[in-house]
Amino acid sequence: MLRYLARRLAASALILIGVSVITFALTFLIPADPVRMIAGRSASPQAVENIRHQLGLDKPIPVQYANYVIKLAQGDLGRSYVQKTEVSRLIESRLPATLLLMAGAIFFEILIGLPAGILAATQRGRLLDRGVMIFSFAGVSTPQFVVGLLLLYVFANLLGWFPLSGFGTLGHLVLPALTLGIAGGGWYSRMMRSSMVEVLRHDYIRTARAKGLSGPKVVLVHGLRNAILPVVAMIGLDIGIFMSGAVVVESVFGWPGIGQLAWLAIQRIDIPIIMGVTLVAAVAIVIGNLIADLTAPLIDPRIRLR
Amino acid sequence: MKSNALRGAVSALVLAFALSHGGPALAQEGGFGGQMVVTYKDDISTFDPAIGYDWQNWSMIKSLFDGLMDYKPGTTELIPDLAESYTISEDGLVYTFKLRPGVKFHNGRDLTATDIKYSIERSVNPETQSPGQGFFWQIKGFDEMASGGAQELSGITTPDDGTVVIELSQPDATFLQIVAINFAFAVPREEIEKYGLDFGRNPVGTGAYKMTEWALGQRVVFERNADYFRDDAPHLDKIIFEVGQDPSVALLRLKRGEVDVLGDGIPPANFLQEKNDPANKGLIVEGELLHTGYITLNTTEAPFDNKLVRQAVNMAIDKEKVLRIVNGRGVVANQPLPPAMPAYDTAFEGYPYDPAKAKELLAEAGYGDGFETELYAMNTDPNPRIAQSFQQDLAAIGIKAEIKALAQATVIDAGGQGAAPMLWSGGMAWIADYPDPSNFYGPILGCGGAVPGGWNWAKYCNEEIDALAAKADGMAGDDQADARIQMWSEIYNKIMDDAPWVPVFNEVRFAMHTARIGGKDIFFADPIHIPVHYEYVYAKDAE
Repeated sequence: MLRYLARRLAASALILIGVSVITFALTFLIPADPVRMIAGRSASPQAVENIRHQLGLDKPIPVQYANYVIKLAQGDLGRSYVQKTEVSRLIESRLPATLLLMAGAIFFEILIGLPAGILAATQRGRLLDRGVMIFSFAGVSTPQFVVGLLLLYVFANLLGWFPLSGFGTLGHLVLPALTLGIAGGGWYSRMMRSSMVEVLRHDYIRTARAKGLSGPKVVLVHGLRNAILPVVAMIGLDIGIFMSGAVVVESVFGWPGIGQLAWLAIQRIDIPIIMGVTLVAAVAIVIGNLIADLTAPLIDPRIRLR
Repeated sequence: MKSNALRGAVSALVLAFALSHGGPALAQEGGFGGQMVVTYKDDISTFDPAIGYDWQNWSMIKSLFDGLMDYKPGTTELIPDLAESYTISEDGLVYTFKLRPGVKFHNGRDLTATDIKYSIERSVNPETQSPGQGFFWQIKGFDEMASGGAQELSGITTPDDGTVVIELSQPDATFLQIVAINFAFAVPREEIEKYGLDFGRNPVGTGAYKMTEWALGQRVVFERNADYFRDDAPHLDKIIFEVGQDPSVALLRLKRGEVDVLGDGIPPANFLQEKNDPANKGLIVEGELLHTGYITLNTTEAPFDNKLVRQAVNMAIDKEKVLRIVNGRGVVANQPLPPAMPAYDTAFEGYPYDPAKAKELLAEAGYGDGFETELYAMNTDPNPRIAQSFQQDLAAIGIKAEIKALAQATVIDAGGQGAAPMLWSGGMAWIADYPDPSNFYGPILGCGGAVPGGWNWAKYCNEEIDALAAKADGMAGDDQADARIQMWSEIYNKIMDDAPWVPVFNEVRFAMHTARIGGKDIFFADPIHIPVHYEYVYAKDAE
């Protein structure tokens, strides 16, 4: 177990180095000059070169990368080109909202996805199965801003059950989390259904049934535990994805998450922020996957981590 | 713009204003107290007056800080602000400002002359990386300090705590506008030293409001500065800026009374519906921006190095059609200057929309069969649709233009590098830094801007006109003001003869506010305090 963990952590470090190199290199492919964006439209060529020099952007790219990594090792993500604020502080300020939305979204994904998937699997081929699958298909394929605006219009504007926009109370969280949950829940239900269908074919299920256990008990006790693993892996992935922000949902609901920060930074070519957000997201994806893998043996004791 | 021509050829001038405490009654309409909520889509980048240079924080910074000069609310007329009076030497080279006594920073300290000197020098200091550095080119000692050689501007001296003397290296008729610009606003040295680069998030100024809260990505709160030196402002006790708000959702919230002012304006998709809704009567305010939307034609490369071709394109573009695309939110432009700018020539007729004549001109230029070219435009609505409209117009006279719809920074880069034969400026067009005709010349039409990376995307450089512009800006005398404005009108007429641009339209801004918030219409569409003059709007439900 410990050896497994050590090996995974070492691999993760390599992945992070790779991500940082690629992101860093990509920022140089942007056909626009960040220094020009800082210097403003009235700057003289001399002023532009001065800023380029101060930021160290006149050095060769490998040297710039080395400087970045040295600072990174000291926990310094640098300062925003445009806002001059420390990137770590900008990300930190967005963290509570991002984590909250992640938790809320995963909650709704499970709440919607698991029951729907289980129901569809047990009713395979029947009307209910088809109905659930059509809904999940619609949930997956409807653009999030459509779902978001629809929920917002009905439940916030017409019915007034939730606030229209913003962050702060649990009421603010429901609609954005639900919007993400509907899309993710669609995936979860399809995954759950196919996994459950597979499990329900096994001999031990027949044995359990033969023992005289009730239908729901067979499915929930014997079936679910075996069928849920792919969903757990998916939750692990979702942790990483939501950590890099849910740009569309955040902007519809005025949610102060990391996605809005990243989106604005991309528009302003604020490279330190783009780098910082990418790295945080990469770390989150790695950790999310690790958690999913570590949880697997707890659910299914047959799995051994080596 | 920078030229030594005409040094000393400026006539005598002594100007003195003496204004009593509080200044003249500028805007006595409306009560005091109460609060309002303003929404924006994007987070605010910074409140540091030496750094902030976007349309969103421009007016907010004006509410937190002050400069020697300001503008009469709702107008482009200069008035003394932190200065109580000023005199200009006969040769136009020495400006002496007497400071208004008793002005305090938000931290309680009295403003002194050294603060003014420090603040301007901070913007010029290369370490500050201020986008406003170049505005101070005319102050003596600028080159030495901007290059990192000198630690101060030799041209600024402070004989006593209440007097600032600024000496110029050459006369500049726009200099009073320069000391009214955000980059010249007074900041307290001790707070800059305390916060360092984080000053932009912890602003301390002398302005009508002080910032009391900033939850990054969520909310900024301004509260009344009880020590503010004007008695007639600000009207509101508190302004809450909510950021990260989608404009369509903000509109819904405005209708429910949760939001008072839409900082980003009415969303384009809702514009006609809201404008025609009788319930919104008096709540939608129309105001002219100091803005021109234009197509630049790269004058250094064929075929646009041929004046006849450029004139032909000017006659080929149907500008009325573009106005329909933007739902009528603008007026047709025929010259670089917007109508609200001094020196705008109302008699100038410009190029008519005449495709037949345009075709003749093309034939005369030797392009009777037309040619192929590229049209760069920003990729956000409505700019691609506007570019398509141009594409059709050009096709009608035989020009095949391929549209390159790209991200803003990429388009700016292509324009700066001279890589764009045609470029539609929508989404990144020039909005004036200060209300003077020279501001529409130097960086975007003058030789100084026609360098790699510069904003003169037409790469237009006419040295004769550059000399005229320098001459006009050397006319710093008060008695020369009219002649100078006249001269600028002629300069722009000459430029239009060369036709490096196709001026298309001047944007008209439509602001919307709740019935609870009052104030002259112009305060919601102020030419200087874009988009709202936060100090002079008021809450009707306040005592």
